[in-house]
Amino acid sequence: MSNFFTMLADPNMRWIFFGCMLLGLSSGVIGSFTYLRKQSLVGDTLAHAALPGICIAFMLTGVKSIGIFLIGATLAGIVATFGIGYITRHSRLKQDAALGIVLSSFFGLGIVLLTFIQHGDYGNQAGLDKFLFGQAAAMVGSDVMTMSVMSAFLVTICALLFKQFKLISFDPGFAKGLGYNVGLLEQLLMLLVVVAVVAGVQAVGVVLIAALLITPAVSARYWTNRLGTMIILSGAFGALSGALGTWISSSVSNLPTGPVTVLAATAVFVLSVLLGPERGLLAKRILQARVKRSFLKENEVLHTASGERMKGETAG
Amino acid sequence: MSISNAIPGASAAATQGASPLAINGLSVAYQKKPVLRGVTFEVNEGELIGVIGPNGAGKSTMIKAALGLIPAIGGEVLVYGKSLKSQRRLIGYVPQRESVDWDFPTNALDVVLMGTYGRLGWYRRPGAKEKAFALDCLSKVGMADFADRQISQLSGGQQQRVFLARALVQDAKLYFMDEPFAGVDAATEKAIITLLQELKRQGKTVIVVHHDLATVKQYFDSVLLLNVELQAFGPTETTFTQEQLQHTYGGRLSFLDPGSLAVSGAGGGGGRP
Repeated sequence: MSNFFTMLADPNMRWIFFGCMLLGLSSGVIGSFTYLRKQSLVGDTLAHAALPGICIAFMLTGVKSIGIFLIGATLAGIVATFGIGYITRHSRLKQDAALGIVLSSFFGLGIVLLTFIQHGDYGNQAGLDKFLFGQAAAMVGSDVMTMSVMSAFLVTICALLFKQFKLISFDPGFAKGLGYNVGLLEQLLMLLVVVAVVAGVQAVGVVLIAALLITPAVSARYWTNRLGTMIILSGAFGALSGALGTWISSSVSNLPTGPVTVLAATAVFVLSVLLGPERGLLAKRILQARVKRSFLKENEVLHTASGERMKGETAG
Repeated sequence: MSISNAIPGASAAATQGASPLAINGLSVAYQKKPVLRGVTFEVNEGELIGVIGPNGAGKSTMIKAALGLIPAIGGEVLVYGKSLKSQRRLIGYVPQRESVDWDFPTNALDVVLMGTYGRLGWYRRPGAKEKAFALDCLSKVGMADFADRQISQLSGGQQQRVFLARALVQDAKLYFMDEPFAGVDAATEKAIITLLQELKRQGKTVIVVHHDLATVKQYFDSVLLLNVELQAFGPTETTFTQEQLQHTYGGRLSFLDPGSLAVSGAGGGGGRP
């Protein structure tokens, strides 16, 4: 444990630690809704789509700033969402195929642009690729400040509109019937996913951020049957993964923080699958064994009872 | 608004003003093919209305378009004489049970409480008053003991009753129900019928998409026969006839027992087998 406190004593490590925790928290919260809406892959696509958006934003401004990247990623996310919608509406393709096409083409475009930037005349380009594919170690205080603002924004919106987000996740048709602008609420959810993606770009990168949108939410579902609890747990699992990722990668040399964070989230997931009450594998085994035992016991009682009755009858 | 456009004979609606639901020329198309064409009708207040027609006739589509859930390519929907948008609070809705994922992390009471969201505004959460009312509605459909039950652990019929309770909580005057009787157990069927009668007693108007021709006579005051276009609409006695059904269903009615469709009023009202 001393290792843990020496890590926190280093101000740089402290920023990275809090940064990764915040990222895990916000992606866990918003990921719960995308998972329940069966749109986990949409989060993945939006994350990949962010790459060309960020590249174009950088090419236009020449500045490496989270704020500008957010605008670029959001615009790219909107184009990607429309692209997915257009393909599913106007072709015979199902949504998964549409997602695959949009994801890979946006990511391909992003890589092309990134190479172009690296070989081009962009003075400030140093480290943009590392930034986009995650380099938590490079995070500084101001980055974490920006991430805090974004996470606070995301969590506040989710808390204020909890009721609406719950409703459109469970029964969007009924929500429409009540007069809610479901399309607008869905767009807002998408925007929040983009916010989480951009907040996480520096720490884990555009590829692995999808894991933090999906894994904590799926893990949390194993522990509860209530949406509110699930969201809090998912945020906590995400934050825990971020904390574990930073701690482990800081204690072993040459381990990257982002991927270790994702692996930590996976470990939480495996534990949840095994140990979750009701849904967990162990709980299911125990329940089965208990049902079997009580069934056998009942049978036994029945047998002895009927046996005794027979004895009594013969004796009487 | 104007009494002149109320249909003659609809005295209750005429004296009060506008009909609970007046639809004029409603048309819907998916892709290029119209699935609903120029549907026009006006219902009387306080009636139970069955929407009948073969598969693919546009029954659910009509309800969804009337509620504004899917875009119509033409037509007008008036609820108590005003546009749908301004009258949302007067409308209750029971979607098809299969339209949602019942493994969603929530319990029965929570689902019922969703019916109160419309009048709570944007930021208020349901409070003690809403919870008491929701429990009351759950007990009206015989589900009071299941309030805390995770919804995936309910049977199909129980899930349907939760949806009905949610519509009751909406405290509406005009209800749309999309196949509430589909695939439910006998207890649920009975609960739904009791509920429909109760709603009628309270003067509410209920429009029900229905599949089972054998029970139409028994359940509904009026029927609306639909097959892309409106085939017939009127009191069950005079509209739900062998002739009209043949017309609506085309050749597809042959598998039905004509006896269950009681041609005239004579065989009607009696008990079901």
